[in-house]
Amino acid sequence: MKIASKLLLSTAALMLAGALPAAAAWKPQKPIEFVATAGPGGGTDNLARAVQSIITKYKLTDQPVVVVNKGGGSGAEGYIYGKASAGDPYKVIFGTSNAWQQPLVSKVAFNYTDLTPIAAMAQDEFLLWVKQDAPYKTVGDFLKAAAASEFKMGGAQSKDTDEVLTRMIEKAARVKFTYIPFKSGAEAAVQLAGGHIDAHVNNPSESLGQWRGSTQRPLCAFSPKRLPQGPKVTTSEGWSDVPTCVEQGLAISQYEQPRTVWLPGKVSPEQAAFYVDLMKQVQATPEWKEYIEKTSQVDTFLTGAAFDDFIKKDLEHVKQVAGEQGWLVK
Amino acid sequence: MENLESLLHGFTIAVTVPHLTLMVVGVLLGILVGVLPGLGAPNGVSLLLPLTFGMQPVSAIILLSSMYWGALFGGSVTSILFNIPGEPSSVATTLDGYPMARDGRPTTALATAFGSAAFGALVGVILITFLASWVAQVALAFGPPEYFAVYFLAFASFVGMGGAAPIKTVVALGIGFAIAAIGIDTVSGSVRLTMGIDELVKGVSFVVAVMGLFGIGELLIAVEEEFSARAVSSRVDWKEVFRALGRLPQHGIALLRSAAIGCWMGITPGGPTAASFMSYGIAKRFSRSGARFGTGEAEGIVAPETADHAAGTSALLPMLSLGIPGSATAAVMMGGLMIWGLNPGPMLFVDQKDFVWGLIASMYLGNIVAVALVLLTVPVFAALMRIPFAVIAPLIVIICVVGAYSVSNSYLDVVLMLGFGLVGYLFKKLHYPLAPLVLAIVIGDKAEDAFRQAMLMSKGSLGIFFANGLVTTLVLAGMALLLLPLALQLLHLSRKPGEAAHERVRII
Repeated sequence: MKIASKLLLSTAALMLAGALPAAAAWKPQKPIEFVATAGPGGGTDNLARAVQSIITKYKLTDQPVVVVNKGGGSGAEGYIYGKASAGDPYKVIFGTSNAWQQPLVSKVAFNYTDLTPIAAMAQDEFLLWVKQDAPYKTVGDFLKAAAASEFKMGGAQSKDTDEVLTRMIEKAARVKFTYIPFKSGAEAAVQLAGGHIDAHVNNPSESLGQWRGSTQRPLCAFSPKRLPQGPKVTTSEGWSDVPTCVEQGLAISQYEQPRTVWLPGKVSPEQAAFYVDLMKQVQATPEWKEYIEKTSQVDTFLTGAAFDDFIKKDLEHVKQVAGEQGWLVK
Repeated sequence: MENLESLLHGFTIAVTVPHLTLMVVGVLLGILVGVLPGLGAPNGVSLLLPLTFGMQPVSAIILLSSMYWGALFGGSVTSILFNIPGEPSSVATTLDGYPMARDGRPTTALATAFGSAAFGALVGVILITFLASWVAQVALAFGPPEYFAVYFLAFASFVGMGGAAPIKTVVALGIGFAIAAIGIDTVSGSVRLTMGIDELVKGVSFVVAVMGLFGIGELLIAVEEEFSARAVSSRVDWKEVFRALGRLPQHGIALLRSAAIGCWMGITPGGPTAASFMSYGIAKRFSRSGARFGTGEAEGIVAPETADHAAGTSALLPMLSLGIPGSATAAVMMGGLMIWGLNPGPMLFVDQKDFVWGLIASMYLGNIVAVALVLLTVPVFAALMRIPFAVIAPLIVIICVVGAYSVSNSYLDVVLMLGFGLVGYLFKKLHYPLAPLVLAIVIGDKAEDAFRQAMLMSKGSLGIFFANGLVTTLVLAGMALLLLPLALQLLHLSRKPGEAAHERVRII
């Protein structure tokens, strides 16, 4: 027995020694938890599950990956969970720009500085949508009508990306909207199809089905250049046929929703580097390209200083809008 | 008759050996997650989702929807045997199902529940088959004021018809609204009622509340009343399964009425929970045996189960045709649809005929498979009731604790669940009804959102609730139900003063 256990011990020691050089490049030793800061079926949940299935398919890590949903409080539940897990490199949090925008306008018990930024993996575009049979064909017509009577603009959540963009349009075009917050963009899309609101600013994937089904159509895209040419959505038009808002005389050249990935705070640089590398490998697969195309998002990869810069710029911008609207807390 | 042709085409897709196998596998997995504590249909379907990425969309949806049917049936098992509803929509089933099971008739209770659930689901599928396009139009007519009116109707039907003293129902509803308000408010985006506990920003999960209120609350009462005499000597009798099914036609009117309520609430966005509660409340009022509801009446099981499954089934239609998921499970399936490259919306019925009609055909078959499998398991589950209370009681505590923890891996939820257990005990002791409390926790925040969205739209004018025929009818029906008990009491008072007071102490 004694000899056996000694033997075992020394083998273990040998194996440890062998593993030492590799330990400098950190590797996970137990199952990894992907925390989606959205309910099942939402955009953030879809991203987390797409990344999970790619990692599993290509065996990018030896450890199993599980997805859990913590979407309560518009995602705050997931971020607070991340904050509480400080130092734990087995929790990966998937979110949006919510991570830095929500603490500005709501008294939630976290800030993005409590987390370790890994990457922004995709950008979701915004478009201005109206009901299919609405009389206006251009943004100009729409804004003229909006100036005459106060339009009802729907969107997901309050004081979040959709409302920020709505207020930006108000300012740029000198009109006034009544903003009606719904639980999700999908709900806003149905309300527009039923004619209960006049417009919304959904992401492409949130209204794709409705556009194809001729219940609503996009007037313009809040993007510096037209969206990439994909397969046609309706019989005659695809995403690249939608003019940019600047083309149409609405001076908002860029507005995007980044899909962001975080680790809890207080993890080591090696641990963070492992996940940056992991996400890079995911992005190189054909399945990722397919996911991006199916959800009509734009492929990006921001990490390190570039990601920090992006956050700072966006934060300044949102702070300005929120300040003007009197939303800032504290 | 174009729909009938499409349906037959759908059957040619659904009736293949691989698809039938998928149905059986899906239903069995569903029953398992329905019966296991804290798993439930939405979690089960999300766990299975990654496995379907490599499959044909039709096969994938058949697997997932079969699992959903299985879980719905499985969820009723724990409601009836242990008073722990697995889904919000099976809460109403506990009201008569549990007393009947405790009375020594678990086989009858389970068989009645499964039989009427199958009937409800069948009516729901038939509705989908023939009225697909019309139903899509109805759902589109629902804006915030109409949503609010539907929820108002559900609440009002409880005050008016719940049977408990109306004032106690109102108090229970009020407490439920307060609990539903905890967390982030959709309309203002601010955090409410978290009482300094950061984690409460996520709100109070229905599962946590219900496990405490029903599971633990009932246990405390049972412990206090009679500790030892709880073992039920239930005969496991195969014939009783068929006898219970044979007795279902006696409740023909209740079946038809409940199926109608279920379908209506499924296609309008009321959902299965509101449907099952409303159906129970209305059955209690109009059934000949209404006075005995709450003591283990068969019709008290028939009404909520039929409505629940009729609503659950017909709610898949708005998901497919409009992209509005009627339940958490439907939301997960919709996420799956997108990943498989399909977009829910009106065009799905034009572009993806094979998918849509394959799914609808599989709903007929899937439900038949589910009923057959679940009826086979009745004696097994019923036998669980023979285990002595001293063994079952700790098991129930474990189920509740594990279930509450696994909702979002949080200890806070376990503490909350135990707290709700105390609340449930107090409610029972003081003869307050639990059902309206649960109803308010589940749809209270939705009703509030809808009301405030409507107020934003109308700039604060209540006139929006009378702006068109649909919303006016719903609001007036709600008002009538709300004022009914008052009017009846006045009537009673003017005739026989003594009896009116007697009436009021009846509790669900």
